[in-house]
Amino acid sequence: MLRLSGIGKRFGGLTALQEISFRVAPASITGIIGPNGAGKTTLFNIATGIYPPTEGAVLLEGKDISALPPEKRARLGLVRTFQNIELFGKMTVLENVMVGLHTQTKSGIFACAFRMPWQLREERSIRERAKRWLDFVGIAELAGVEAGKLSFGKGRLLEIARALALDPKLLLMDEPAAGLNSKETQELAKLIKSIRDRGVTVALVEHDMDLVMEICDSLVVLNLGSMLAEGTPKEIQDNPAVVTAYLGEE
Amino acid sequence: MSPHRKLKPDSLNPDTPSSPQEKLKFLVFSLAVLAAPWPLAGGYLTNVLIFVGINSMLALGLNLLLGYAGQISLGQAAFFGLGAYGSGVLTTRFAMNPWLAMAVVAVSVAAFAFAVGFPVLRLKGHYLAMATLGVGVIAHIAFNETVDLTGGPSGLSGIPNLAVGSFQFDSDLKNYYLVWGFALVAVLLSLNLVDSRVGRALRAIHDSEVAARVMGVNARLLKVQVFALSALLSALAGSLYCHVMTFISPTSFSFHVSIELLTMVVIGGLGSVYGSILGALLLTLLPEMLRAFQDFDIVFYGLLLISMTIYLPGGLVRGIPALFRRLWPVRRSHA
Repeated sequence: MLRLSGIGKRFGGLTALQEISFRVAPASITGIIGPNGAGKTTLFNIATGIYPPTEGAVLLEGKDISALPPEKRARLGLVRTFQNIELFGKMTVLENVMVGLHTQTKSGIFACAFRMPWQLREERSIRERAKRWLDFVGIAELAGVEAGKLSFGKGRLLEIARALALDPKLLLMDEPAAGLNSKETQELAKLIKSIRDRGVTVALVEHDMDLVMEICDSLVVLNLGSMLAEGTPKEIQDNPAVVTAYLGEE
Repeated sequence: MSPHRKLKPDSLNPDTPSSPQEKLKFLVFSLAVLAAPWPLAGGYLTNVLIFVGINSMLALGLNLLLGYAGQISLGQAAFFGLGAYGSGVLTTRFAMNPWLAMAVVAVSVAAFAFAVGFPVLRLKGHYLAMATLGVGVIAHIAFNETVDLTGGPSGLSGIPNLAVGSFQFDSDLKNYYLVWGFALVAVLLSLNLVDSRVGRALRAIHDSEVAARVMGVNARLLKVQVFALSALLSALAGSLYCHVMTFISPTSFSFHVSIELLTMVVIGGLGSVYGSILGALLLTLLPEMLRAFQDFDIVFYGLLLISMTIYLPGGLVRGIPALFRRLWPVRRSHA
């Protein structure tokens, strides 16, 4: 589904990432883990086109997308959520998800201003579909609330609903469990699995090891900007290099 | 588990025309506009209200750009001036039909803004303000210096009134309905736009451009489109202005005017269609009362802008209802 090939990133003299190469298999959940500062979020930013890699290529379904801006990647089915939740805070919960349907609809500035009949039909369908996504993540009752007023946990669910509205092939989630309590994390695990079961490939950066070990099909470990290990959760747990990176030398 | 805090639905976007009460609101507003000249009996205030209508269109254009998409422009007077001079020059020097001239000019100015917008709207914040300010200053200099075409500082006179057949828009009352006819259509179309796929995308860019782009919104194109739309509204306002006045000179399209428009939008309410109208109304009536201060009125605008952004950042359109709620708290029945 997604292939990263020899990704490197330097910010001035600082090397944030080097020689990162791995694949994310279709309809799997891949976890990207590593200590703070390992370059996980940088990798996501490169994958989604927030900034370009210094070297290497990002391939989606075999197609090189390294030069495409985020909005074009979104149209190809590559969507993400953010570590600190990037909601449209002054819009309602429902409207946030409606923005998620932007790529699948096409009314232009004039059709919207003049309320053409097809625009009204499209608008009704956007509203219906957005409501269904709110239902899917379980926050339908908050549809009319200002998104900026949501609790962190509900905000995260909204961000996921909004991302799913794009009908993505690949969903990148940056620390989805950060700031959630244990009950919310349990619900999140269920939700991520059900997203995978719908055929959406998921890749996530996460610090919550219990969650990662429970839901991921495969793991990639980064340390100080380089690949440290790759494998199933079981293999990673038994990998001495990983244990050292996390816990330090004995 | 923490007790679930019950959140009440908000009406965030005060202008959602799909709901019945919003349709009613627009109807009441339209009727008020249509009836307004009656008690004034065609007096001096009718004349002032014509300019409220023109300023409303200008403020509305700027509000779509600034209040909804979050992109500042200090060069709106340039598009206003291009509209006025475009219509003025085409109808006097080239004897073009005024309606045709208005359409040609509006489309050309929008196309010009579209072309300028691509490089300029890549900038953000202060840099965008400076660049659009530059556009405004250049246009103002052009109006002054192209004497053969515009008449330069001494102005362009002899611009015909608009007419339909033999019906001439030659009185304050006729011009009032002409200008407000255009303004009401602009209000209605703007209300439609802001509560639509495009309007949501604009507001999304305002809240978080990165997230909007990740959601597949082509932010760069959309910003340029709304910039062109605001220029189109400004150009139409300019054309109407020149035919109402029959005389124009560069001072009406200076930097000063761009700042006035900004003040209208901020005072009325950023991101509110009706706020634009309220701001235009206040800031058009106010100078009539501030005549005594002459050139110092810009100091007053500055103070007004500063105090509004500190004390009423949502503008009057949100501030007044909030004030009422504070003075007379409504006891809500338990939901």
